[in-house]
Amino acid sequence: MVKITGIEFRNPTILASGIMGTTGASLVRMANSGAGAVVTKSIGPEPKIGHPNPSMVKLDCGFLNAMGLPNPSYADFDNEIKIAKEGADVPVIASIFGGNAEEFVRVAEGLADAKPDAFELNVSCPHAEGYGATIGTDSCMVEAITAAVCDSVDVPVWVKLTPNVTDIKSIGKAAENGGAAAVVAINTLRGMAIDIYSGYPILGNRFGGLSGSAVKPVAIKCVYDLYEALDIPVIGVGGVSSWEDAVEMIMAGASAVQIGSAVHEGVEVFGDIATGIDQFLQNNGYAGVEDITGLAHEVI
Amino acid sequence: MRPINSKITQIVEETPSIRTFRFDTSLDDAQPGQFVMVWVRGVDEVPMGCSFKNGITVQKVGDATSRLFEMKEGDSVGLRGPFGKGFTLPAKDENILIIAGGVGVAPLGPLADEAASVGAKVTTILGARTESELVFEQRFSEAGDVHVTTDDGSAGTCGFVTTVLAEMDVSEYDRICVCGPEIMMFNVLKMLEEKGAHDRAEFSLHRYFKCAIGVCGACCMDHEGLRVCKDGPVLNGSLLLDSEFGNYKRSSSSQRVKV
Ligand SMILES: Cc1cc2nc3c(=O)[nH]c(=O)nc-3n(C[C@H](O)[C@H](O)[C@H](O)COP(=O)(O)OP(=O)(O)OC[C@H]3O[C@@H](n4cnc5c(N)ncnc54)[C@H](O)[C@@H]3O)c2cc1C
Ligand SMILES: Cc1cc2nc3c(=O)[nH]c(=O)nc-3n(C[C@H](O)[C@H](O)[C@H](O)COP(=O)(O)O)c2cc1C
Ligand code: FES
Repeated sequence: MVKITGIEFRNPTILASGIMGTTGASLVRMANSGAGAVVTKSIGPEPKIGHPNPSMVKLDCGFLNAMGLPNPSYADFDNEIKIAKEGADVPVIASIFGGNAEEFVRVAEGLADAKPDAFELNVSCPHAEGYGATIGTDSCMVEAITAAVCDSVDVPVWVKLTPNVTDIKSIGKAAENGGAAAVVAINTLRGMAIDIYSGYPILGNRFGGLSGSAVKPVAIKCVYDLYEALDIPVIGVGGVSSWEDAVEMIMAGASAVQIGSAVHEGVEVFGDIATGIDQFLQNNGYAGVEDITGLAHEVI
Repeated sequence: MRPINSKITQIVEETPSIRTFRFDTSLDDAQPGQFVMVWVRGVDEVPMGCSFKNGITVQKVGDATSRLFEMKEGDSVGLRGPFGKGFTLPAKDENILIIAGGVGVAPLGPLADEAASVGAKVTTILGARTESELVFEQRFSEAGDVHVTTDDGSAGTCGFVTTVLAEMDVSEYDRICVCGPEIMMFNVLKMLEEKGAHDRAEFSLHRYFKCAIGVCGACCMDHEGLRVCKDGPVLNGSLLLDSEFGNYKRSSSSQRVKV
């Protein structure tokens, strides 16, 4: 059992936003496959069809995606959250986005009836014009949006950060000052791939976000830095695909880990990683995840 | 994987609105029922069943397929695949019933070839709106018996594939493999359920794909959260009873829309 921002999780693995999170039924399936909590696809103020395909490609080192935040809007999504809440016996976190504080608040209030256990603010998607990282690179906007959402809902608010900044700590601080209960790091790294036979950028949106194994060292460093700078918990995400990766992320300072791209290898990944972490803790005489959270800071 | 640059080597006009494109790329490990993502550069990337190891059979419906129809031999597209789970492979002496409607013939053509080559007995019900829209009639006849149906009676039985199916004794078949418009497949499923044969039936489904590799969740079906791109596109009939199948699907923004 892990407790973060007052919410209890049966294990420290969480489904990352944008992965199998557009329907209530798929969220339930991820919970049944072992996730300790699930985060929905990022939901916005209006229905959005996203970018044209190709919207995701597997490269040798990781994955590139530019989905373009496809979502049915909050008005059509509260029902999916209700289905997830009824069917899954784990916390359900609603990821939301907007172009400014008013839009974030509108979406959060629109979903509040469905009773998500927390909100995760996506101020970090790297490839949606006017949304995501456009906001998440500006600490004043991050603080203002976080404060506005915290004022309008009565559940914890997590803020998901972009690594595409010079100093992620200052953005993390802004989220903390705005009242965030936790930060989630990281969203994808800006990236691109080109088809050499035609010269066309492969993604329909031309560029997108890199995820998977390739970004793990970047994520570890961001989590490490945030753990040092902040008083609120850090939830680690980026390139976790095994229990070893998860333990490494936790030792960098994460209280829990989110898993995204690794679902490609199989939905059982959550159960497998959770079991692996438990085994590791037991074998090494640790009482729980808290015992190793930030361990890498203490040994030196 | 990155899209494989694939040159069109041959274009066959199957019907006024359906063409087969053959490529210089052969996906030799493609199983019947698996699909490829076809990247029509600058327009879109869309899923297509493999109708041959090196070919797809396409109905012109919108932007990407229209652009494809403007292409000539020697032009190229990007191909990624094969992806997804196909039909259960037929074994020797098995008795297989194939039910194909319209462009649904695409993934079933290779199944018929494969079944015949391993010594399974193949029977096909082949449906189309009208005689000129029938695809692969010759190919299915080379694999076994074919019952043709057309909506207007211009060839074979006048009616739908279900008109022929209703008269059949399905207990004879080890497996029933179906692809076509969802309403057609849904009517077939209901008929097979009445005959207690739905768990011997496999359906190749159509949902909106974004990632096509089982990550994003765009293609998930209620109520089990099955991913059509990775757990399917071919799914057993027993999984489809009490699902959204035949009722609604999701649009590109994941809103529910009626089938
Ligand atoms: C597993 C699978 C196999 C398929 N096999 C074949 C085949 O062998 N031959 C064939 O002609 N068609 C096949 N289709 C359907 C084909 O993918 C669509 O007709 C095609 O995408 C239309 O593209 P468009 O740009 O011309 O049309 P658009 O104008 O973009 O859209 C027309 C309709 O096509 C469908 N469509 C568009 N984009 C996608 C997408 N990314 N994923 C799924 N559906 C989409 C939607 O239903 C849409 O309403 C298959 C679909 C799936 C899911
Ligand atoms: C297909 C795809 C869609 C994503 N959509 C979202 C999203 O809607 N909101 C969000 O905050 N992050 C989104 N992400 C980012 C992931 O949640 C995660 O931060 C990132 O992929 C790194 O983790 P991973 O390496 O485990 O995949 C998406 C990632 C992928 C691969
Ligand atoms: S299209 Fe992304 S999971 Fe199927």
